[in-house]
Amino acid sequence: MTTVTLAGKPVEVDPEGFLVDPEQWTKEMGEEIARSAGIEKLTDRHWQVIEFMRKTYLETGSAPSMRALGKTSGVAIKELYELFPKGPAKLAAKIGGIPKPRGCV
Amino acid sequence: MVKEAPGAREVHLAKTIGGARLKPDLIGHDERITKRILILGAGTGGTLIANKLRRRFGAETEITVVDKDDRHVYQPDLLFVPFGLVAPNSICRPRSKQLRRGIEFRLGEVERVEIEKNTVKLKDGEALPYDVLIVASGVELLPEETEGLTGPGWGESAFIYYSVEGAAALRKAMEGFEGGRLVVNIVDMPIKCPVAPLEFCFLADWWLQKRGLREKTEIVLATPLDGAFTKPVAATILGELLEKKKILVETEYSAGRVDGEARKLYSWDEREIAYDLLVSIPLHGGSAFVEGSGLGDELGFVNVDQNTLQTKAAANVFALGDATNVPTSKAGAVAHFQAETLIENIDRFLAGKELEKSFDGHANCFIETGFSKALLLDFNYEVEPLPGKFPFPVVGPMALLKESRLDHLGKLAFRQLYWHLLLPGRRIPTISAQLKMAGKDTSLLRPEGGNG
Repeated sequence: MTTVTLAGKPVEVDPEGFLVDPEQWTKEMGEEIARSAGIEKLTDRHWQVIEFMRKTYLETGSAPSMRALGKTSGVAIKELYELFPKGPAKLAAKIGGIPKPRGCV
Repeated sequence: MVKEAPGAREVHLAKTIGGARLKPDLIGHDERITKRILILGAGTGGTLIANKLRRRFGAETEITVVDKDDRHVYQPDLLFVPFGLVAPNSICRPRSKQLRRGIEFRLGEVERVEIEKNTVKLKDGEALPYDVLIVASGVELLPEETEGLTGPGWGESAFIYYSVEGAAALRKAMEGFEGGRLVVNIVDMPIKCPVAPLEFCFLADWWLQKRGLREKTEIVLATPLDGAFTKPVAATILGELLEKKKILVETEYSAGRVDGEARKLYSWDEREIAYDLLVSIPLHGGSAFVEGSGLGDELGFVNVDQNTLQTKAAANVFALGDATNVPTSKAGAVAHFQAETLIENIDRFLAGKELEKSFDGHANCFIETGFSKALLLDFNYEVEPLPGKFPFPVVGPMALLKESRLDHLGKLAFRQLYWHLLLPGRRIPTISAQLKMAGKDTSLLRPEGGNG
């Protein structure tokens, strides 16, 4: 584990940059992670997905897969890719301060 | 919320369940002593747990298994069908014949489970009551959920091989294949046997070489994962093997649609892959009744405690095999290891005892790599696949995460073990239900211990 500074606060992240403790997360940190991933401004649609992911993770202990997001977050897969290029579930989890979705084993 | 189930209130009666533990004259005559265990699905998990239960419990326990058809498929052999290595009809046997005497087999399609009433409603209107329910209904293949996949070119240039009919159709197409681009695509996880698409690529490489077509063929594996496998050490080793065999890998590729006329596959982020032959591993989902019965998640997989296999929805409902949402591979070996936990827990549940949290996510699988070789993976929730020897340290004789002829023979021998040891619910000697660290080389683990 390494410690990095996000939004002025030291936090622990895993080798891929996912927060180790979701409780340490703040919205400002999310914005900073988003910027470093190339998303300049997080819109309401972004936040809808991020908050849905956090809520699901904190309630169930695992982050939803992309397919589950497409079915239940209220944002279709096509738009998820526009909002979070490359891997929507992975990137939204990273920005939202929760561990990488492990759905695939 | 866990609801109170009949078994919890009838502890005094339950003592009669484990065979002849109490003499009949000790039981109140006005009480119903027969217990009904109902199993949905007669695949690998459903069949082997039914047979184990039949052995464990006496005649006062009725065991009924429901399935919508009477054809049991030895699924690992589906991989070999497209290459003409086994005949499609040789991998199927009647489901009913795999069940021990004293188990009732019913043909029927499940409409829903009525948890409140401890009843399963069938589509033909019949209602089957239960004291304990085991959901072992596996997964459904959903090719129609990918836009265009089952449209033009379906069965001509686009195929699946995860079903007997699909594999047989692909067999014919392979026979007529003259080279070009062969694309193997995993649409999304989870899928049954996550290594099978890699095996398909390895066998295709071998088969094309044998026919003198390899030089004229590009093999592409398009996967939603960020590597060849989900766990880092195995991903590295399998990635190197793919490279050695000149199989191209397109990672983080999430297929969105197929244009069957143009023979092109598109990802959600518009990456285009042209193909001459598309072998799709389609979307998987749980049985339709699972979500409608309040038992599962949005993909239809049953929500269970990952160590006890009891559902979150009801204390007297359990699940095993591919039907569950536990974070380990969907594979027969997993169902086999889960059954060891499940039989104990059903016994404990009926006796009013606390369940044991013994299932550790243990999975192991042979990966066929072509040219009569294979390699073996052994892992669980916490420990990723590592190199070493199996089942015994040093002497093995099986090699872990390393190609060997013996692992290939092991894979072939497993056919017989499956029908004669595994399905009848007998123990397979020397292989324990929980993962063993002895014999595994841990030096390749990252210092962080990150297991994916």
